[in-house]
Amino acid sequence: MFEILDKKELCEKVHQFRIKAPHLVSKAKAGQFVILRKDEAGERIPMSIGGLDRKNGILTVVIQEVGKTSAAMNRMKKGDFFADVVGPLGLPSHVEKFGHCVCIGGGVGIPPIYPIAQALKDTGNKVTSIIGARTKSLLIFEEELAFASHELKISTDDGSFGTHGFVTTILQQMIDGGDKIDMVIAIGPVPMMKAVVNTTREPKIKTYVSLNPIMVDGTGMCGACRVTVGGKTKFACVDGPDFDGHEVDFDEMTKRQKMYHRYEKLAYDKFLENDHCRLAKAAAELKNKTT
Amino acid sequence: MTENKKFNDMTKKERMQLPRVKMPEQDPRARKKNFQEVPFGLTPEMAIAESWRCIECKNPKCIEGCPVEVDIPAFILKVRAGDFVGAARKIKETNALPAICGRVCPQEEQCEKVCVLGAKYKPVAIGYLERFVADFERNNKLIEIPKTAKATGKKIAVVGSGPAGLTVAADLALLGHKVVIYEALHKLGGVLIYGIPEFRLPKAIVASEVDYLKKLGVEVNNSFVVGKLDTVDELLEAGFDAVFIGTGAGLPNFMHIEGENLNGVYSSNEFLTRSNLMAAYDFPNMDTPIFVGKNVAVLGGGNTAMDSVRTALRLGAENGYIIYRRSRTEMPARIEEIHHAEQEGVQFNFLTNPIRFIGNSDGWVTHMECIRMELGEPDSSGRRRPVPIEGSNFTLPVDTVVIAVGNSSNPLIPQTTPGLNTNRWGNITVDEKTMMTSRKGVFAGGDIVTGGATVILAAGAGKVAARAIHRYVLGLPMIDEGKKEEETPAQKAG
Ligand SMILES: Cc1cc2nc3c(=O)[nH]c(=O)nc-3n(C[C@H](O)[C@H](O)[C@H](O)COP(=O)(O)OP(=O)(O)OC[C@H]3O[C@@H](n4cnc5c(N)ncnc54)[C@H](O)[C@@H]3O)c2cc1C
Ligand SMILES: Cc1cc2nc3c(=O)[nH]c(=O)nc-3n(C[C@H](O)[C@H](O)[C@H](O)COP(=O)(O)OP(=O)(O)OC[C@H]3O[C@@H](n4cnc5c(N)ncnc54)[C@H](O)[C@@H]3O)c2cc1C
Ligand code: SF4
Ligand code: SF4
Ligand code: FES
Repeated sequence: MFEILDKKELCEKVHQFRIKAPHLVSKAKAGQFVILRKDEAGERIPMSIGGLDRKNGILTVVIQEVGKTSAAMNRMKKGDFFADVVGPLGLPSHVEKFGHCVCIGGGVGIPPIYPIAQALKDTGNKVTSIIGARTKSLLIFEEELAFASHELKISTDDGSFGTHGFVTTILQQMIDGGDKIDMVIAIGPVPMMKAVVNTTREPKIKTYVSLNPIMVDGTGMCGACRVTVGGKTKFACVDGPDFDGHEVDFDEMTKRQKMYHRYEKLAYDKFLENDHCRLAKAAAELKNKTT
Repeated sequence: MTENKKFNDMTKKERMQLPRVKMPEQDPRARKKNFQEVPFGLTPEMAIAESWRCIECKNPKCIEGCPVEVDIPAFILKVRAGDFVGAARKIKETNALPAICGRVCPQEEQCEKVCVLGAKYKPVAIGYLERFVADFERNNKLIEIPKTAKATGKKIAVVGSGPAGLTVAADLALLGHKVVIYEALHKLGGVLIYGIPEFRLPKAIVASEVDYLKKLGVEVNNSFVVGKLDTVDELLEAGFDAVFIGTGAGLPNFMHIEGENLNGVYSSNEFLTRSNLMAAYDFPNMDTPIFVGKNVAVLGGGNTAMDSVRTALRLGAENGYIIYRRSRTEMPARIEEIHHAEQEGVQFNFLTNPIRFIGNSDGWVTHMECIRMELGEPDSSGRRRPVPIEGSNFTLPVDTVVIAVGNSSNPLIPQTTPGLNTNRWGNITVDEKTMMTSRKGVFAGGDIVTGGATVILAAGAGKVAARAIHRYVLGLPMIDEGKKEEETPAQKAG
């Protein structure tokens, strides 16, 4: 049982959890992930490590509500317990002296970029981070990334903050401006990672991406997480999650991620319906009390 | 008792000619739609009648056929006397998991294969009897929690909780050692819990074994991946006197053919884990989904393949195909499972091999191209090697494919344990007499050593390892030359 020490909403449908997991935190490295299970009926859900407070043994994860399980998790409260937090899983990100590293995060890919940027900076690299969101209100982890990087650049799709455009707009500007970049790591939605990889392919900049296929066990036992990298099948949970972005078959991965869409929608709709009933009931009770 | 008198008056010859008991089981039409266990088990009367068929051979061949040398005639004699609990305890002297082995051992290849009755009549139903007495003991809450020996002060870590790990843990706890199990998944039991389906091995039986361990004082850490959280070396540094590795052969093999990553194509491990461990058959009450289409093809001929195809039928598939590249006689699955699969309407395609999977633009599998095979010259395993028949290609419409062509060992522990030797298949190598690895104080057994094998071999290896670990942590000579029985099962299980 793993206690939620505190929890806050970072933006709509995105919540940050700080979970007590001292043993796991003492072993975990930037770029790894954990698998959470809410309760006994729960699915095993992979989540990136979005921060490691080593002194106090606290793990940070940031969960975006996209379906039933993530929605149910985001309704958990401070003091509640996760049935399981398994990890650290996967291989840590490559952290070595590259020179100038550009760390790119989008959406809930921003939190896991933070410990990686920090580790790269601590290893003596120059770190520029680029984060992006659809609009200003959806930007998260700015402070953390500003702290972990030498320079932080921000883009919004609608131009409500920072550069008007995508993270790749900024990356392209840097490349065109003659910035020497030795390594790029990108974490975010598949279309974003694909765009980053397309931007760095021509100038031949080493680019890592962190893949998030559907997983079950996270230990190499089931093969659900298989992805094609360089024409070979890899298991993202044990061979990754980071891979050479120029070698990844993103189209296959996008299709594989949709495997359970029909079922997920069913479960999510049912959950929201129940959620609605619960809220309506609570409101009615409140009304009864006050009248 | 009047029954017994009837049998008592019979000659051995007459007894041998008695018909072998038939196991009552769920009607195939009904069971195809549920996950309840297929056989109901014997009644006490049936068990006693069957026990009379055994003629207590002076030189019982059946014992030699059992990898852990259960004293079969001795336990059967107790069944005959109506002492079912005594019979169960007799078995447990060498096999800690009779309720499980009675259900899943390939008896026709082991104990029952060599039973003398088999030459002229049908062999004694040893497996049914084993299952019966173990169920009797458990269902009547007569499982005794033995007093463990005086605490030795020694601590042993057991990594993995399949049949090998469960056996090691129980035996060492009984000997007075402190045992801590580390299991990567959230439930204990290994393949018994995530692989073998409920309709063949009810999960309550595995849970009862785990409960027994806890009552013996074994400490359990689930959701703990050794090599990621603590390594084997860190466990030793943390004060464990020995470590046993029973991590199984959990890495799924794929065919490496075109289209294998299409949606709808599963490994048997994923398919069975979703259905068993995550209880996806109960979606959306349980959160984990599983996809089963109309036409399900399962590739392979072992127990895993039978389990997958029968699970698919229960999840609503209209057609369940087995695609196997050799012929029926070479199928490694237990005869009973093949028989049950046939009764449930599974369609067998022997001498057939898939060449590629064909998908639609959304990335879903729609067809599978196969080729027919014929049996050629025997290969190194002695089985006739299947060779493709040129031009015999055909396509089969499928929307779900389950690949059940075996598992390899997970490299995580060897990779994170310096000095731990493995063979060319990645299996950990051990001294067969003691199950000690190339690392002092680190022992291993079960599928991680043998490659995918059987429950009873894993449990047997656990027994041998437990005895050796006991001697090792107490500083005794590793092999007691005086006792013959300490060696024989070791050589078999190794
Ligand atoms: C290594 C890794 C790291 C991740 N890190 C984060 C993170 O830090 N924050 C975050 O919000 N999300 C993260 N995800 C994605 C997250 O696991 C899924 O969003 C979550 O499982 C959705 O569950 P659900 O039941 O709420 O949604 P569902 O209704 O089940 O699914 C919605 C969509 O989520 C994806 N998904 C579903 N099940 C899984 C699964 N078991 N594994 C992966 N994806 C799945 C599918 O694309 C699906 O279409 C990560 C995934 C991986 C593999
Ligand atoms: C579907 C299926 C059906 C089968 N049917 C039969 C049958 O009918 N009869 C029969 O005799 N045999 C059968 N077998 C084979 C039999 O189940 C295995 O031979 C047996 O379970 C092996 O036992 P084990 O203890 O070595 O390992 P396993 O049962 O594989 O257990 C290993 C355990 O170790 C855990 N683990 C792995 N790595 C780590 C780690 N790093 N840290 C912590 N824990 C870890 C795993 O999660 C797992 O729980 C079947 C196998 C399958 C897959
Ligand atoms: S353990 Fe298996 S092989 Fe041995 S007697 Fe029992 S059923 Fe037969
Ligand atoms: S070989 Fe058959 S008849 Fe003989 S003792 Fe064993 S079970 Fe009984
Ligand atoms: S999640 Fe099962 S092998 Fe990767």
